[in-house]
Amino acid sequence: MAVAGHNILYWKPRSKGWFFASVASLIIAWAETTFVPNVQVVNTIPYRLLLLGGIVTLVILWIVSGKLSQLRDKLYHQSQFLFAVGLFLTGWDLLSTKSGILRIPFFPGPAQIIAVMAREYTVLLISTAYSMRLFFVGLVTGTALGLTTGILIGWYRQWNYWLFPLVKLTGVIPAVAWMPIAIVIFPNSFTTGVFLITIASWFSVAFMVAAGISSTPKTYYEVAKTLGANETYLLVHVAIPNAVPSIFTGVSTATGLSFLTLVISEMVGAKAGLGWYINWAKGWSAYDKVYASIIIMAIAFSLILALLSAVRNHVLRWQRGIVKTS
Amino acid sequence: MTTDKDNTLISLRHVGRTYADTTGRETMALQDVNLTICKGEFISFVGPSGCGKTTLLRLIAGLDVPQSGTLLLEGSPIDGPSHERGYVFQQAALFPWKTVEENIALGLKARHIYREKQHLIAEYLHIIGLEGFKGAYPHEISGGMAQRVAIARALINEPKVLLMDEPLGALDAFTRLELQEALRRVWEKTGTTIVLVTHDVDEAIYLSNRIAIFTARPGRISVVFDVDLPSPPDRDHPDFIAFRRRILQSLH
Repeated sequence: MAVAGHNILYWKPRSKGWFFASVASLIIAWAETTFVPNVQVVNTIPYRLLLLGGIVTLVILWIVSGKLSQLRDKLYHQSQFLFAVGLFLTGWDLLSTKSGILRIPFFPGPAQIIAVMAREYTVLLISTAYSMRLFFVGLVTGTALGLTTGILIGWYRQWNYWLFPLVKLTGVIPAVAWMPIAIVIFPNSFTTGVFLITIASWFSVAFMVAAGISSTPKTYYEVAKTLGANETYLLVHVAIPNAVPSIFTGVSTATGLSFLTLVISEMVGAKAGLGWYINWAKGWSAYDKVYASIIIMAIAFSLILALLSAVRNHVLRWQRGIVKTS
Repeated sequence: MTTDKDNTLISLRHVGRTYADTTGRETMALQDVNLTICKGEFISFVGPSGCGKTTLLRLIAGLDVPQSGTLLLEGSPIDGPSHERGYVFQQAALFPWKTVEENIALGLKARHIYREKQHLIAEYLHIIGLEGFKGAYPHEISGGMAQRVAIARALINEPKVLLMDEPLGALDAFTRLELQEALRRVWEKTGTTIVLVTHDVDEAIYLSNRIAIFTARPGRISVVFDVDLPSPPDRDHPDFIAFRRRILQSLH
């Protein structure tokens, strides 16, 4: 029944069987949480609705993908994983909400985490917005500074001589090490956070931009010169485009470092944001809220990385053998 | 010096170039090279590797400077690279982030005459026979196609001379023949003066009016042949074979 996948990207068996199994396992998870009595006091309605939403979404996707073979392939490819997710949720719910084997407050069940998300959604939404604002202001500032210094270092000998040792030396320091100083210098926790994230992203971008520019083949410059290009053209239309792939590497690294710096700087001293929320919830031993916040981080950060990767794939479409992710 | 005939394009007088290696020992790449290149001619530089033919081409392009002698283009000294002297490298060296069309347009963009001369892009795409590939990126086309694009990219500037450094050297035998054919057509169509560096004697005979033979260490021009064969030459004709023999003998 299972035909070997001929799609390189979606190589899992293209079988209806696994798809129905995945739907079945989500139905089991729903039925289990609906009909097995609770031991812990939990509002399971949001969790049940979420599972139902998942089941309905799957069925709709299956109907819609009747004519879109790529989407159908992707759906089938994910089926085994979704099947496992359904079983995992069932097991987790049985071990926590339904039996209390996993102790609260440290190990709440899925229903409790979803319930707390539903209850606290305004606070979580505002916290997420605060975190995203801090993240983007910091990352954009750091990337802009990184691009500028990277170009200066990569292109001009004098700048390279004076600035590069500084970048090398300060670039190895984890940004959060500056926190005690940043707190003193900056008026509030937002600007402190922006400063730390800027520092975190600045150097990795600067370093990769400079590396990308200086790796430009000499022939490219000679080609451009014999075609009538001046210095500005060489920089703007030869060196910088040549550096774009490594700029993206730099920005990816910067993004990762910024997530880290964001959460740490919010956990220390901030009064808003997901990092603050985790720390605050921990103070009340509200671990369900800690997990809720962690899940939101996972989703938000994944979306940011997916966005970055989509932009990268579009900009670098001229490169050989770029494999489309997602 | 300027008493040269009207149709002189490039004149090289006593050109010399030495290179120091890492130990400081000097190698004479070129010594006392004298040559006059006329407007509209197709001249080839032939010789063993390391004989300085590429060095001389780079000097004419302005990508390198001589230690002695003078290089004149229409009577004025060559000083640095310019769009008047187009250059085709052994590797096509297309910019991978630009499409075929954008690569060809590069010279127009760099010289800020894109608006006025935009129509030339289609013209040169047609000359090299790649109209269907204008939107392709360099990694999507073959080596032979890439070299055609490199030639069009240099020609769109309508240079006074097109300098080519073994442009077909990296291609397979079949593609090379095909491109020799194309090059011949381009030359006939545009009338551009062409200087070709090659170590393929057949290629030189097939394409050129004149062939300058180089000897190595120190690099200098030993003899210049006029190619006196019907156009296009027939590679199997006894005259062609006899001429090839003469050139090969002169190389030893």
